[in-house]
Amino acid sequence: MSVRVQQENFDVGAELAALSKGRTDIGAIVTFTGTVRATSEGVPISAPISAMTLEHYPGMTEAELARIEEEANARWPLLASLIVHRTGRLEPGENIVLVVTASAHRQAAFEAAEFLMDFLKTRAPFWKKESGPAGHGKWVDARECDTGASERWTRPHPSTHNH
Amino acid sequence: MTDASKRVKLLYFAWVREKIGRAEEEIALPPAVTTIADLVGWLRQRGPEFQAAFAKPEVVRAAIDQRHVKPASPIAGAREIAFFPPVTGG
Repeated sequence: MSVRVQQENFDVGAELAALSKGRTDIGAIVTFTGTVRATSEGVPISAPISAMTLEHYPGMTEAELARIEEEANARWPLLASLIVHRTGRLEPGENIVLVVTASAHRQAAFEAAEFLMDFLKTRAPFWKKESGPAGHGKWVDARECDTGASERWTRPHPSTHNH
Repeated sequence: MTDASKRVKLLYFAWVREKIGRAEEEIALPPAVTTIADLVGWLRQRGPEFQAAFAKPEVVRAAIDQRHVKPASPIAGAREIAFFPPVTGG
């Protein structure tokens, strides 16, 4: 289990090699890489963003990611997990986030990776600001579907139906 | 139990920080301010920049000592309280 928040890029292959080095108990490794898109909802194809700046809450970010990772490890029999999230100025095509989960079998690794991303998107204190071609910045709005994706993991519990 | 001169560090992030015009400050909590919602109400009275940041208080999220909390959460014993927009990482 490990979480990292960093400005520099990450190398997915190198991270995988480090995570699985010397391990013979792992049977399935799932990786998810999130990257910067030049266009999105509300950003016309004719005027793509030139960069995205990620702000975060140092201290809480690491604590919250560790809590999310701990929760995933409590729900699935993971043999290893890793979350790497970048901050600062990123250009379209660059990596933003890496989630890796390893388990004996694929189902736990697939599900845990999805769970980690869903919770990261609704709980980890990061904020994206898009810069247009003219250089002006616009804070990205939170998406309803991300909240829905996160809530599906708690849906069987009636106590969560309180909005 | 209620210390009238209880000091707490406030942190602001993203557009909440931009609207308020600062990233952090230390304040003395008035004794009547016991929940996050109370604190938001008290902050709003401090000036137009706070009214702008908390124009829709239900949108602004809060954390006490680096954990997410609700508006009704008590703030007794808090060392650090943060206000920020809904998160957009990943």
